[in-house]
Amino acid sequence: MSPTPYLVLATLLFTIGGAGVLLRRNALVAFMSVELMLNAANLAFVTFARMHGNLDGQIMAFFVMVIAAAEVVVGLAIIVMIFRTRRSASVDDASLLKL
Amino acid sequence: MNSIMTHGLAAQAEVHQVVRDASGLISSTWLLIAFPLLGAAVLLLGGRRLDKTGHLIGTAASCLSFVMAVALFVAMLGESGDARAFNVPLWEWFNAAGYQVEVGLLLDQLSMAFVLLITGVGSLIHVYSIGYMEHDERRRRFFGYLNLFVAAMLLLVLASDYLILFIGWEGVGLASYLLIGFWQHKPSAAVAAKKAFVVNRVGDMGMVLAIASMIVVFGSSSFELVFAGAGDAPTSWLNALGLLLLLAACGKSAQFPLQSWLLDAMEGPTPVSALIHAATMVTAGVYLVVRSAAIYDLAPEARTAVVLVGTITLLMGAIIGCAKDDIKKALAGSTMSQIGYMMLAAGLGPAGYAFAIFHLITHGFFKANMFLGAGSVMHGMNDEVNMRRFGGLRAAMPVTFLTFALGYLAIIGIPPFAGYFSKDKIIEAAFADNILIGLCALIGAGITAFYMTRVMLMTFLTSKRWAEDVHPHESPRVMTWPLIGLAALSLVGGAALLYVGGGIVEWLEPVTGEEHHDLPLPVAALIAITLVVVVAGVAVAWLLYGRRPVPVEAPAGNPLTVAARRDLYGDAVNEAVLMRPGQYLTRSLVYVENRGVDGAVIGAAKAVGGLSARWRRWQTGFVRSYALTMLTGAGLVVVAMLLVRLP
Repeated sequence: MSPTPYLVLATLLFTIGGAGVLLRRNALVAFMSVELMLNAANLAFVTFARMHGNLDGQIMAFFVMVIAAAEVVVGLAIIVMIFRTRRSASVDDASLLKL
Repeated sequence: MNSIMTHGLAAQAEVHQVVRDASGLISSTWLLIAFPLLGAAVLLLGGRRLDKTGHLIGTAASCLSFVMAVALFVAMLGESGDARAFNVPLWEWFNAAGYQVEVGLLLDQLSMAFVLLITGVGSLIHVYSIGYMEHDERRRRFFGYLNLFVAAMLLLVLASDYLILFIGWEGVGLASYLLIGFWQHKPSAAVAAKKAFVVNRVGDMGMVLAIASMIVVFGSSSFELVFAGAGDAPTSWLNALGLLLLLAACGKSAQFPLQSWLLDAMEGPTPVSALIHAATMVTAGVYLVVRSAAIYDLAPEARTAVVLVGTITLLMGAIIGCAKDDIKKALAGSTMSQIGYMMLAAGLGPAGYAFAIFHLITHGFFKANMFLGAGSVMHGMNDEVNMRRFGGLRAAMPVTFLTFALGYLAIIGIPPFAGYFSKDKIIEAAFADNILIGLCALIGAGITAFYMTRVMLMTFLTSKRWAEDVHPHESPRVMTWPLIGLAALSLVGGAALLYVGGGIVEWLEPVTGEEHHDLPLPVAALIAITLVVVVAGVAVAWLLYGRRPVPVEAPAGNPLTVAARRDLYGDAVNEAVLMRPGQYLTRSLVYVENRGVDGAVIGAAKAVGGLSARWRRWQTGFVRSYALTMLTGAGLVVVAMLLVRLP
């Protein structure tokens, strides 16, 4: 089995995610893009695990999933709160914490 | 000056009489201090409800102390001549690292003489003040301060340890400050009080350093241990101690170069000038020198300095006294001059100690008498002090005139008045020691006769030069009786002290030692010369002020008069030598502080602040730009890893 197609897919997904984070203003979309990047990394982990014939990469993928789940909980809560107070989910509006 | 240095070690052995622990009445010596201290506490804490009776309480406290002093004196007379020194231990103050201070009193012949002077003259002045301060609404407070002064002064002369003496020393300084500035609504009085306080601090510095030196050299500051150890101490330390104590004495006794405060101190009420700035407090310096005889006996250089200071001050004070038109300031110059005589005598060592104290006591009588007389004149003249506005008061104030005249005859040294005996003894001792010092003392006697005759003529004789609305009248009895008492002492005090029961010289001999020097000329001849000089001074004053009318406006005068009117430029010298350089120093230090120290600190803070203001711009608050930064960073890390080919 050749890892190349999987890695190409992972690179594509990562690039799409990165572009989404950088270019979209909507916090929810940016958030989904982050998830996309994480899953691209997971795909790469699993691919390499298969290639090397051990479980290290797969364990790493589980870790990433757990972290991602926790991050979603916190991140979504923050986004919802910001939306409730400001009626906007734009990440550029939430720049008021700077001095 | 050589002869002063040569007779250092004489009369040492018999100076130290045995000091016994007190018993019976003498162990209650502390009551002397307790009465006026209690009086001061009651008067100062009692508040307005004592306004009506305050003066009586204050006077009673002082009189009780005087009665106690007389009782102690009688008890002391009952002992034999060389067993009259008593130690009255009270309690241990502190004991730390081998330095032990006992609060205790030493009642010997010297302190007894002072106690009688302080309580006796002090009580008379309390009585006088009842009349003098009658119309002052703060009279209760005035008596409180007077009592505080008497208590502190008694502590000063009774202490048996330099540190305890120092408490009394500062106490009289405080009382003096409070009383000079008693009429604090007058800016001149407030300034004079501050000036006296500051100049006295300079002297106190000498006292503090002297006590510290004693702790270093003797391990103690008690009279007993210091005097016992003086014989074994190195002469350099003893000279240093002598000079430091002299500095302290100069501050308190207004001696050159710390004389400038005394003339301004006349801003205080006149009874204060009489009690504190003539009879008692300003003589504390003389007491200090005489009390420290054991040190000065072994420190010839320090004694030479004492003689020089005394001689300079006696001439300076006399010259200033000649030019002042303010009656109190003329008397203040005279006080400086007379204390100069005492210092001079004290610096002569065992040959002069007793005469210094003798003159101190007679001076206490006649100078208090004259100050109170001046106060009586002011009382009758609407508080006028300018003698050019007096004249012809002889008829209006006969009692004041007669008592003042007795004081006048006493101070210029006409026999048989008090000053004749005491001043003549000092002039004799000065001549026996050094012909030059003797001549200065003799000239001083002539100038004294001149300025006192001038005061006498301008005030009581000559023609009337009163202001229009002035109606001079004799003062009430409560003021004239103390005058009469002091005048009687001026009349007989000198002869009595010198001759009754062996006299003061024999009385003090166990404390101060005795030494006799041969005069270069017969005593009778010296007395005759002194009298001729005195009469010459009187005659010159009569020619200048008695024979022709005294102008109401002061004439321009010669350069010496102009200088003397300005206190011989004492203030100008202080300003030029101390105040101006001090101001420059502080100003330059402030500049260095502002520009240097503050500049460095503030500059550093500004640099950090400015830098962080720049760096803060990086935090835009836009999440996406942070994300781009992170991405770029991650990209750079990947590139770096590829470049170094990490496994």
